[in-house]
Amino acid sequence: MVNQVRFVRRDKVDKYTNIKVKLISIVAAFFIMSLFLIMLKINPKDAFIGMIKGAFGSPLRIRQTTIKAVPLIITSLGILTAFKMKFWNIGGEGQILMGAFGASILALFYNGFNSTTLLLLMALSAAVFGGLYALISAVLKIYFKTNETIVTLMLNYIALKFITYLQYGPWKDKKALGFPKIANFPDKALLPNLLGVNVGWIIALILIILVYIFMNHTKKGYEIAIIGESINTARYAGINIKAVTILCVFLSGALCGITGFIQSSGVNGTLSVEIAGGVGYTAIIIAYLSNLKEPFILIVSVLFAALLQGSSYIETSLKIPNSAALILQSLILFCILSSEIFTTYRLKFKD
Amino acid sequence: MKPLVSLKNIDKSFGKVKALCDVSLDIYEGEIHTILGENGAGKSTLINILSGIYAPDKGEISIFGRKVNLSSPRDAISNGIGTVYQHFKLVESMTVKENILLGQRDKDKDFNKKIEYILKKYDIKVNLEKYIEDMSVGERQIVEILKVLYRGAKVLILDEPTTVFTPQEAEKLFNIMRKIKEERCSVIFISHKMDEVIKISNRISVLRKGNFIKTLDKERTSIEELTRLMVGENVDLKIRKRESKKEKDFNKTSNNNELSIDKKSEEKRELSLRDVLIKVEGISLTEDVKKVFNNISFDVKKGEIFGIAGIAGSGQRELCEALAGVRKIKKGDIIFEGENLTGKSVREFMKKGINLGFVPEDRLGMGLVGSMDMVDNLMLKSYQLEKSPFLNRKPFKERAIELVKKLNIKTPDVNYPIKYLSGGNIQKILLGREIYINPKLLILVYPVRGLDINTCYTIYNIINEEREKGNSVIFVGEDLDILIELCDRIMVMSRGEVTKIVDSKDATKEKLGLLMLGMKDGESGEIC
Repeated sequence: MVNQVRFVRRDKVDKYTNIKVKLISIVAAFFIMSLFLIMLKINPKDAFIGMIKGAFGSPLRIRQTTIKAVPLIITSLGILTAFKMKFWNIGGEGQILMGAFGASILALFYNGFNSTTLLLLMALSAAVFGGLYALISAVLKIYFKTNETIVTLMLNYIALKFITYLQYGPWKDKKALGFPKIANFPDKALLPNLLGVNVGWIIALILIILVYIFMNHTKKGYEIAIIGESINTARYAGINIKAVTILCVFLSGALCGITGFIQSSGVNGTLSVEIAGGVGYTAIIIAYLSNLKEPFILIVSVLFAALLQGSSYIETSLKIPNSAALILQSLILFCILSSEIFTTYRLKFKD
Repeated sequence: MKPLVSLKNIDKSFGKVKALCDVSLDIYEGEIHTILGENGAGKSTLINILSGIYAPDKGEISIFGRKVNLSSPRDAISNGIGTVYQHFKLVESMTVKENILLGQRDKDKDFNKKIEYILKKYDIKVNLEKYIEDMSVGERQIVEILKVLYRGAKVLILDEPTTVFTPQEAEKLFNIMRKIKEERCSVIFISHKMDEVIKISNRISVLRKGNFIKTLDKERTSIEELTRLMVGENVDLKIRKRESKKEKDFNKTSNNNELSIDKKSEEKRELSLRDVLIKVEGISLTEDVKKVFNNISFDVKKGEIFGIAGIAGSGQRELCEALAGVRKIKKGDIIFEGENLTGKSVREFMKKGINLGFVPEDRLGMGLVGSMDMVDNLMLKSYQLEKSPFLNRKPFKERAIELVKKLNIKTPDVNYPIKYLSGGNIQKILLGREIYINPKLLILVYPVRGLDINTCYTIYNIINEEREKGNSVIFVGEDLDILIELCDRIMVMSRGEVTKIVDSKDATKEKLGLLMLGMKDGESGEIC
């Protein structure tokens, strides 16, 4: 019986099979989830409709979903830039925090500018801080051949503990009655709203276009792709590998840093340890699911944000524990990631 | 007579590709049976089925008249089929004895008795305590054979065993093969070197595009017939015309030696009058304390085809990469038209307008990017010359369409990832890109490796065209006949050093073979 079904490699992975398999896997995830919900004595239909309602049911909810999507989009773009070069930057989390830190220095201590100038300087500072923080791993890799996966991961913890230190130590707000929090940004250091959401969403859309043009239509983007495919081909073509690596990793970190700026200035109103909140990790999954294609990052990020927003809605409306909502998220991920085997292989039944 | 091994109606496909289609084959006792076919004809698939790596989709295999099911390499060897793969499967840091015993449970005493018997029976000489890493390719091959004989193989499969051999090493192998034949065992021999095939085999089976064409007796066939069967009749007419012209030339030279030498010496005289294009003086390269090549000096004249011969891994590839600026050398000078190139990068070459084309050995890993389309691959070097930071794909798209027509590249369209194309088409794209810039020097490393005959001749023709234009070519090749035929001079390398530079009119295969082993002046001596 075991010999009856075999995996046969597909000749070529075409787009349609890819999309088809991924859709089927999402359906499978919902099916498994339904079984789980029935076990909890909840009607799956209510839960799923609740999720959609929760994510897109009212202007307020749509705004919430957008707020959640923005950091995912920008960070995924950052991750994509590095992944195109096969530089495995999984330090988005740390780079977001350091970006937020860079923005906060200006917002809290050097804010003697008008609002527009201050915000622009904060964004720039966030990009530089995030970029330089990512560069540590690139420099170590180039000169000491360290593994960037480990280094970027470890740098996440350093950044997290560093911000915690600031929050509980030197930057603690004395007016907060002993509560460990950093002082709120002054009003002029907060991102203005457009259509009820902070302008971060406009920044995200612009960045998608810019990154798309950079990766596909500039010489540097082309060089990044070549290095990612084969270092030897890059050497053959005379590409300055060190310089391009440094540029690419800096940009990757800078994009993550901008996420930190938007989260601190547009959402939280200050710097705190919760600012990254796992976005740096989720972005890796989004970049991967988008197949490193910029337009797909928009779609996948919005879907992810909807999932987050929808599950927190049914949490209250259907009184499902928060952990159950997380299980649904993880199930979808699990199914999509494991569906990969069906995009490269197909099942063959023996005749 | 009953066949030792008999294959009946074997089918095997991978995805949509039919690798083997209804192949039937009988191997008799005491014969050397050659399987002949171009790349992609299904030779490797057939061997892998016989050695238990692939299971056939359809058909049956019988050994000694008994139907068997070979589902693993262990099954194959326990049924008496032993395979020596093209890429050796030996542990370098172990001795010969340890390698033979790997996976076996024999005691020392039994081993000594058994191995002594085998060594005597097949007249093989080998030091059992020697480490594999200290052995030459030829010696390693013998260890591989010994390994399968020790495991009781009655049928020996040799997959392109002579590809990296000198003629002398090959002769040694043939002696062992004859011995095996005399001991009433059989050898299945895979090769595409025609002269060897004719020399050693009893019967020859031809495969073409997964189909079994014919089995022929050696006595009743000729190189011409075999080539025709191998390539097939329905080849594109245009290429065939070119190819036949080349073949005519080939026949002319081989049939009428005097005439061709005359012609060549005339060319030579003309050559010596012309200028030197590139002069290499005493260059060395050391990587990770290992000397890759040492103190190499030569020059290439304008309009000359300069061949480089040597056993694989003698430093030819690295030398060419250094000439092309991909590897940096620390010692010595490379002077190209009076300008010293030492230590300059590829990008500096291009800025200086030094037209140098380079086709590296690893086509997809160094010369091209597999996941990109033709357009993106064609701009791999030239994009740097544009001033704007943006890419302009338009001229490269036109160039791609032009190239598809000119070199008859088979691709669905120019925006198709090139890794899905066949090896020959990939090589045409690479070579096409390199000759488009009209290089004064074209460096080719194993440009025809793994290609079908038609593409090979297309490439030889391109090389000749470059010479006619007055450009020079450095050609690293494997096939000594082709090297002698095509090149003006041949530099032979051995262990990273130049053994000798010979005029190809004075060169013979045997002489080159000895030089490849590092024996200066080609005097004979103890080999191995």
